[in-house]
Amino acid sequence: MSQKRDAAIVGIHEYPSRDVEGEISPLQIKAESAAKALSDAGLNWSDVDAIYDAGDGGGMSGLNIAEYFGLNPNVIDTTGVGGSSYEFHAAHAKRDIAAGKAKVALLTYGSTAHSNARAIGVGGRGGGSMHPAENMDAFAGMTLIANYAMVAHRHMHQYGTTSEQLAEISVATRYHAMRNPEAVQAMEDLEFLDIRETSISDVINSRMIADPLHLLECCMISDGGGAVVIASPEVARDCRKPPVWILGSGEATKYPKNGGDITSSAAVQSAPQAFGEAGITPGEIDIAMIYDSFSITVLALLEDLGFCKKGEGGAWVSGGRLRFDNPNGPALNTDGGGLSSNHPGMRGIFLLIEAARQLRGESTSQVKDARLAVAHGNGGMLGSRHSAGTIILGRD
Amino acid sequence: MSDPKRPLPRADEFDTRDFWAATKNKEFKYQQCSNCETIIFYSRRHCTGCTDGNLEWKTATGKGTIYTFSVVRQSYHPFFRNQVPYAVAWIDMDEGPRILSNVVGVTDPLNDLKIGQAVTVEWEEHEDLCIPLFKPA
Repeated sequence: MSQKRDAAIVGIHEYPSRDVEGEISPLQIKAESAAKALSDAGLNWSDVDAIYDAGDGGGMSGLNIAEYFGLNPNVIDTTGVGGSSYEFHAAHAKRDIAAGKAKVALLTYGSTAHSNARAIGVGGRGGGSMHPAENMDAFAGMTLIANYAMVAHRHMHQYGTTSEQLAEISVATRYHAMRNPEAVQAMEDLEFLDIRETSISDVINSRMIADPLHLLECCMISDGGGAVVIASPEVARDCRKPPVWILGSGEATKYPKNGGDITSSAAVQSAPQAFGEAGITPGEIDIAMIYDSFSITVLALLEDLGFCKKGEGGAWVSGGRLRFDNPNGPALNTDGGGLSSNHPGMRGIFLLIEAARQLRGESTSQVKDARLAVAHGNGGMLGSRHSAGTIILGRD
Repeated sequence: MSDPKRPLPRADEFDTRDFWAATKNKEFKYQQCSNCETIIFYSRRHCTGCTDGNLEWKTATGKGTIYTFSVVRQSYHPFFRNQVPYAVAWIDMDEGPRILSNVVGVTDPLNDLKIGQAVTVEWEEHEDLCIPLFKPA
């Protein structure tokens, strides 16, 4: 099957600070990141003719963000599906560029969740306006982590998965974080205790937050943001950095169903679309950028993406398989992930950024000769209603 | 200053107001389509199984099983922070609906509850409605 190369990531920027101390706004983070990502590509504001925005800057985002940036784009897409919005945006940018509607697409993200003291990681509820489902759920006091913990508990019950196996995910991401100076700085700024590589026993001996998930299985709550520039092949060829091609994409949502299986996610639907379009299999993937809100998120998503069979994820990740220097691969979240580097609420953009770094050879935990990456975002809440965006990336 | 209260549903929300109205009489209502037999829960105005839906209200027995649960140890919510540790669970009602709720009436939720355990509804009374909590059967 021939791969189409209709669009490529040509510019990236990850906002370096995870604690802006209330001194900068999400919109300002978006704009600064956009300028630096465009500069990374060797492009300018005036080259941008398509904007993708998840509404994190507030207001009527598709209208206001163009004015704020001072652009007059021909394509405005405000898909907002939580943390995976950026995988949806990348899919739509490729589609719009392939259709000839745009040549240079700009994706941005900015958040001051840490400064706002919003509780994303361990104790709070997700946001959202009044919806009948919300009107059924709110009385039960389900914290965000309890939502994911119930997936983990059912996974353990159904397949015999253990806390030690889930801890492998936290250990691998921290191993990568300790090699990433920005991640180490993030953990220092957010006052993590005892910042170092962790062991499985460190994870399972950390404080229980919602059974069976421990503190070190939960993402951080940071400030942050970033930007990604996606361009047509003609533009990409003249950019400063080598193109990172979008080879395939898939989108889906899932929600509670009477009698449904909570251990499988919307990735079951999005992954075959993406891998099928790219004409590759999970076994060929070098870099797995998987949304790590919690340890169980990664375990369930690896299974649903097809890296192993449903229920076999625990055994599959064991033995340090996900570390960047393990030849059995794939390397997981080589920037340190949401668990140990960056999670301001919607982490999806960082999945694209670090995957692009790997395929350019720029990661702090670089996998030698990395050729293919998957970025899979999970938005909303894994144990109830959530979105799945799968993007397959490859280099020349 | 009054004690913080459990967050209560809005009795006027369009899709779920009939469910909540029935809880005043401690009845657990759900819908089933007489055309395609799909069980609808949470309640809605349309059938999600067919376009010729004819939704009928039915009353569940209040019996079910724990599909999965978590014991919450940390919450920032003004009410729930004083409830920890408490069990949040998805309950599969015998008739088919799956509902998010709490399992109460045990001294040690972590050790006294199991996935697959039989439970029965335990209504918590409030001024305008009752909340369907569950306890071991």
